[in-house]
Amino acid sequence: MALLDVQDLAVSFVTRNGTNKAVDGVSFSVELGKITAIIGESGSGKSVACYSLLGLVPMPPGRIDGGRALFEGRDLLQLEESELRKIRGRDIAMIFQDPMTCLNPYMTIGKQLMEPLVYHHHVKKEQARARALELLAEVGIRDPESTIDDFPHQFSGGMRQRVMIAMALINEPKLLIADEPTTALDVTIQAQILKLIAELQEKRDIGVIFISHDLAVVADIADQIVVMKQGQIVETGNRESIFHNAQHPYTKKLLAAIPTDSKQARGGVAEPLIQVRDLCTWFSQDKGKEPVKAVNKVSFDINRGEVLGLVGESGSGKSTIGRSILRLVPVTSGEVLFDGTDLTALEGRDLKAMRRRMQMIFQDPFASLNPRMTVYDTLAEPLLLHGIENRATVGKGVLKLMDDVGLARAFVRKYPHEFSGGQRQRIAIGRALATRPEFIVADEPVSALDVTIQAQILDLMQQLGREYGLTMLFVSHDLAVVRHLADRILVLYKGEVVEQGSGDDLFEHPQQPYTRQLLTSIPGRSLLA
Amino acid sequence: MLRFITLRLLQAIPVILVVITVTFFLVRIAPGGPFDSEKPVTREVKAALEAQYKLDLPLFQQYTSYLGDLAQGDLGPSFKYPGRSVNELIAAGFPVTAELGFYALLVAVGIGGLAGVIAALKPNTAQDYIPMSLAMIGICMPSFLLGPLLVLVFGIHLDWLPVSGWGDIPGDKILPSITLGAGYAAYIARLGRAGMLEVLSQDYIRTARAKGLPEWQVVLKHSLRGGLIPVVAFLGPAFAGLLAGSFVVETIFQIPGLGRFYVQAAFNRDYTMILGTTVFLSVLIVLFNLLSDVLAAWMNPRLRAQFGH
Repeated sequence: MALLDVQDLAVSFVTRNGTNKAVDGVSFSVELGKITAIIGESGSGKSVACYSLLGLVPMPPGRIDGGRALFEGRDLLQLEESELRKIRGRDIAMIFQDPMTCLNPYMTIGKQLMEPLVYHHHVKKEQARARALELLAEVGIRDPESTIDDFPHQFSGGMRQRVMIAMALINEPKLLIADEPTTALDVTIQAQILKLIAELQEKRDIGVIFISHDLAVVADIADQIVVMKQGQIVETGNRESIFHNAQHPYTKKLLAAIPTDSKQARGGVAEPLIQVRDLCTWFSQDKGKEPVKAVNKVSFDINRGEVLGLVGESGSGKSTIGRSILRLVPVTSGEVLFDGTDLTALEGRDLKAMRRRMQMIFQDPFASLNPRMTVYDTLAEPLLLHGIENRATVGKGVLKLMDDVGLARAFVRKYPHEFSGGQRQRIAIGRALATRPEFIVADEPVSALDVTIQAQILDLMQQLGREYGLTMLFVSHDLAVVRHLADRILVLYKGEVVEQGSGDDLFEHPQQPYTRQLLTSIPGRSLLA
Repeated sequence: MLRFITLRLLQAIPVILVVITVTFFLVRIAPGGPFDSEKPVTREVKAALEAQYKLDLPLFQQYTSYLGDLAQGDLGPSFKYPGRSVNELIAAGFPVTAELGFYALLVAVGIGGLAGVIAALKPNTAQDYIPMSLAMIGICMPSFLLGPLLVLVFGIHLDWLPVSGWGDIPGDKILPSITLGAGYAAYIARLGRAGMLEVLSQDYIRTARAKGLPEWQVVLKHSLRGGLIPVVAFLGPAFAGLLAGSFVVETIFQIPGLGRFYVQAAFNRDYTMILGTTVFLSVLIVLFNLLSDVLAAWMNPRLRAQFGH
């Protein structure tokens, strides 16, 4: 018998604008000792389906319309809140997407870890603490004795996710629900966390529901895969059948969205547009301390029309390089030649004139767009500011940009919050293109997007790159994404370039151990290779 | 932490100097002087008085001489209470005002905090609307209206509580404290509600619920601390407001506190008394703002760590 058996689950949200069926007749099951993955893009209902089992969907506006969820013979959907609470955190535990916000910043991690144990099993404080220390060690926290009384902000993202996992496992649950547990993490950290979850699952022989938007992430660990779209299941199958014999077009689309290919080498003459020489960007700390060498003696060229990929993990200095080139952060030393002019020596009006030729696209399109400006205002501003269009022609210019980035003209008077993440990134790209730049720094432009949307945006950037004859610096932590787009790749580690080459070179003959580590971190590589 | 406090105290010095200077010259610009009264005094008597209190000196010299005395902690003699220094008068009145302010703060934090938390637990229901509507009324109602109203209802109509005095009859401290604290209770209720709503929508609250904790533990252990930080940060400014507001309340309820001296001093052009009270209160306000900032920072582990260096 299955550990959890969900039949015809239906959940809707009742709002002023009508009833929205978030989950519509969903059935799946989880076996003890197996991992069931639920895959779907944002808004597909995958998280709501799992939260509703535990009574974690706020009601109202949420409402369970029907279905059964048998867990050890009891229907979770029929249980009183007080009964359900005994199951939550004891028999069924959860880990969430963003470890930065899911731990209470005002409590030490030790207290937070011990809480479920003390509450559900009335264990004495000393025993709970001892157990917490054991688990911290098991999930790979170094020196638990000295870190157990630290606060969450003293840990990195990956370490916090390990703490979350320890907290979920402290009561030895039978079922673990992991909601996008690696989406907010770098690929290298993601690989570590995936490995950890798989190991712990096997060792404890528990059931796991793994929720993700990315098929590649679960390729190596899932036993059973459920694909959801708009509240319904479109396909269910084991790993082999989903990856090698997908039936539904949506599943095929998800598979196709996994970046696997390498960009074809570019012909033509190599004429450098950007020349970076011994660039150092250091951030000073308190007096008496060594400055943080975010970028240290980095040199490279970017040829006209070339896309240069910059890969590295958080803190490797890859974003700082992009910002240093655009002079968005003060450069400590070195030269950045743009078309022969040293940008580091420019000031005032000369710098502004140069800036028109260079633009930036940011990771989070929601944070980087002004929420009080319509698409029209956002796109018209740079056009007018740099005198590319005048008052009479600016409307036409805006519509042209919208066509170019694939936004329907009807959206021109809408505000950023009315768009999806992918559409917002299109607006941001449109804004960057407005000044007709020659050079664009794209800083993790697809990291915050679902994989299907990610593929669309990458295609768009490739196409626009050709049309506009752009030179691009493409910054990402994900080697697979960079390989898809870049002509040449630089691998960055702790502020220094450790390796460079074409995508194929790096993938087939990695020289440095760090590059190899990045390669093995790419999710789902084993299955797709 | 120590560096932060020292820095803030140093920053306070110019602020207080500006307060002194502005007050010093403002009271002297105001028409009339301390020795003008209905009964005319002879020219000789007035001159003798002015000489005694150094009012015959050029204005700037009066100013520097005042600053010199102040640096030694001497606020000077009162012009209207002959033979008594401003230091003595403040020492006599302040304990009463401080006690009133303290009870009013208790009222404000107790009632306001509780109302804010209760409202935030069930937003957009009656449990939210009723305390928040009361809070809005509390903010709009000035104490010179609320005080007499309370007196009318509880003092005269119901005859439950005494209508004036301080420490003479049991229960006479209740109405003044409520009158003074009510407006701040309302502010704190709104701040507390906003803070709690913010925290309750955080991901870590969902984590706490997923652990199976009952709702009261989610609120008490996981939400309250973060939710009430804005309230703690407001306590400094609130205390300043309470001291200023106490002047009105002390007058309504005939309480012998600092406020009444202050109001009388203003009417009487008692220069040193006005200045002395102003300086004393501004120092207090600076200190309490600092205290509440330190406390709010201390409640946030991330800020606490930064102060640790």
